[in-house]
Amino acid sequence: MRRNLWIVFGVIILIAFLASLVSWPTGPDLSIGSFQKALKIHEGLDLQGGVHLVYELDDSKIEKKDKASAQQSVINVIDRRINALGVAEPVIQSAKVGDKDAVIVELPGVTDVNEAISLIGKTAQLKFLEYNAENADSQNLAEQWQETGLSGANLKHADVEFDKNSGEPQVAIQFDGDGSKIFADLTERNLQKPIAIELDKEIISAPTVQTVIENGQAVITGKFTIDEAKKLAIELNAGALKVPINLVEQRTIGATLGSDSVKKSLMAGMVGLVLVALFMIIYYKMPGLLATLALFIYALVVLALFKLIPVTLTLAGIAGFILSVGMAVDANILIFERTKEELASGKTIGLAVEDGFRRAWSSIRDSNFSSLITCVILYYGTTGLVRGFAITLAIGILVSMFTAITVTRTFLRLGIGTALENKLVVK
Amino acid sequence: MNIIGRRKIWYLISLVLIVPGVIALFLWKLPFGIDFRGGTLLDIQYSQTTSKEQVQNGLNEAGIKNTNIQESGKDFIIRTGNLDQTGQKNLEEALKKAGEYKQNRLETVGPTVSADLSQKAIIAVILASIAIIIYISIAFRKVPKPASSWRFGVCAVLALIHDLVFVTGAFAILGHFFGFEIDSLFITALLTIMGFSVHDTIVVFDRIRENLRRSPSLDFETNVNNSILQTLNRSLNTSFTVLIVLLALYLLGGQTLKHFMLALLLGIAIGTYSSIFNASPLLVSWQLWSARRMRRAREKVAS
Repeated sequence: MRRNLWIVFGVIILIAFLASLVSWPTGPDLSIGSFQKALKIHEGLDLQGGVHLVYELDDSKIEKKDKASAQQSVINVIDRRINALGVAEPVIQSAKVGDKDAVIVELPGVTDVNEAISLIGKTAQLKFLEYNAENADSQNLAEQWQETGLSGANLKHADVEFDKNSGEPQVAIQFDGDGSKIFADLTERNLQKPIAIELDKEIISAPTVQTVIENGQAVITGKFTIDEAKKLAIELNAGALKVPINLVEQRTIGATLGSDSVKKSLMAGMVGLVLVALFMIIYYKMPGLLATLALFIYALVVLALFKLIPVTLTLAGIAGFILSVGMAVDANILIFERTKEELASGKTIGLAVEDGFRRAWSSIRDSNFSSLITCVILYYGTTGLVRGFAITLAIGILVSMFTAITVTRTFLRLGIGTALENKLVVK
Repeated sequence: MNIIGRRKIWYLISLVLIVPGVIALFLWKLPFGIDFRGGTLLDIQYSQTTSKEQVQNGLNEAGIKNTNIQESGKDFIIRTGNLDQTGQKNLEEALKKAGEYKQNRLETVGPTVSADLSQKAIIAVILASIAIIIYISIAFRKVPKPASSWRFGVCAVLALIHDLVFVTGAFAILGHFFGFEIDSLFITALLTIMGFSVHDTIVVFDRIRENLRRSPSLDFETNVNNSILQTLNRSLNTSFTVLIVLLALYLLGGQTLKHFMLALLLGIAIGTYSSIFNASPLLVSWQLWSARRMRRAREKVAS
């Protein structure tokens, strides 16, 4: 019995050691064989600053069965464009706004929101249009042109090059197989007539077709600067967005506001926890000290899990963590108060401790279970902030059930039967 | 100490606590921020002292209307309707007329997003409440007669609603007088309060369950009263520890956390009150009421 107790104690110490290794700020990264994982706390944008963008997809023209793939292709395209920006650890994920598909883009550390938005938001919808003779008299310029079915989707590759005569930058494009055929037909049909190149609903040039082009090569000219030409090539290579997107939410959090807030709040959190530890030790003496130790192990394990899973820490997540600390402390208070009562009813210390744990368990179980149910509903029913709250709270509750019960109980049990015994309960 | 016997006093105190907030909610409505209404918020810090008038003049010159400017030292928060990229640039230009500034925060929320957020949050809270009632009904199914398990669930949720209404009402008042706004962090605060309130209540209920089983000879009121007294120490100590952490965060924590922490402080305090003075006394009131009704029904049958 006593030997088993020491084994449990050993396991607890081992867990605490491993957890502290992982939660150590400059701790090592995980590498098991070929499996490697960088261990660090992922801070949410509200903590470290950055840009949070939500785009709504206008996929009303897309068939229902293709909507998911359209959303994925938008994510891929945005991903490629952002990579070209060189942002570290961008988050691009699918979401829903109301009943519409959406894409969330988070760019940590980026504060020049305008550049990011203009690059992502460029639909880079390239279209080739031909002259519509029937509407030639129309006042509306757009109506003079009609679609040809040739678009950015038929693109194989785009490159920046320079015009041999004027030296001006231009974008050379190569169509894929289908595209080349359409382009060949188009040039044949419109020989000596202009065709328009439209980018994002704006006609950027309308060259006159000189010869039939069969190899699928074309050049877009349009008074570009080198930068503009480069960007256009990036956008074209990244592919056109299959559906138009609208920016519906935008949040830029200054890095200083974020980090200021984090530093102060972390300090404040520490002060709060030290006060709680003091209260526990003064009020509950020896058991309070053991509970504080258990709470310390609790904090280490939770922090380690945040790093391992990983959980992105936001302000709401910190709130969930605080609440779970409260619940962890509560479990110990419940047990100590209960032990006190059992002792008052005339039981020996050993029995009072065991019964205190046993009787307090149903309270701890029921209250924590109802909180876990709430967490699950919040996690699946919401997004963003509230979700972060639900995750940290759930992790905290699960870990606290372990530390408050197993850890504190093992400590107390080890003390029973020793010279310390009389100090183990509050009378 | 007879807590149950004075339950009408506790109900009255609850009313006194809640009614001003409810009136404020009707009079002034909730001060919804852009997370819910949609719109643009710009949080900036000027490098030298700047007056609200200067800022306002800059905006007037640029013809930007319907703005709300909030000033605290060199910090300004400007709220407008939903602005697109060009609108934002115009706003930034207009603000520069009052001096150089550093941008802390720029948020634009479209109307679809905001509607979505409120809807999801409300649905989540309702679902969670129903789930809590169901869970308590199941966990307390073996509670001895005359108590019935689903009443425990309903009373826990009633106490919970009491807490949420109090905090929401308090923010309606704070919103009217101090310009507080309801944002998505406030929703998180309400959820936290919800979790704590139910957690706290269940601990007392659990004790009632145990006492009902252990001393069936005592009447319901006495058993409930004993349970409250036996768990009183724990309730107060637990709330005290949570309040210490929150108070530290409120006083020393970052500016962005202030309102959030205040909501939590109010909520945890009222949650402790309601789990002692509302949830269990309500259980007794309900019990007595239904016992009276049964007796009357029986008398009717007898006569």
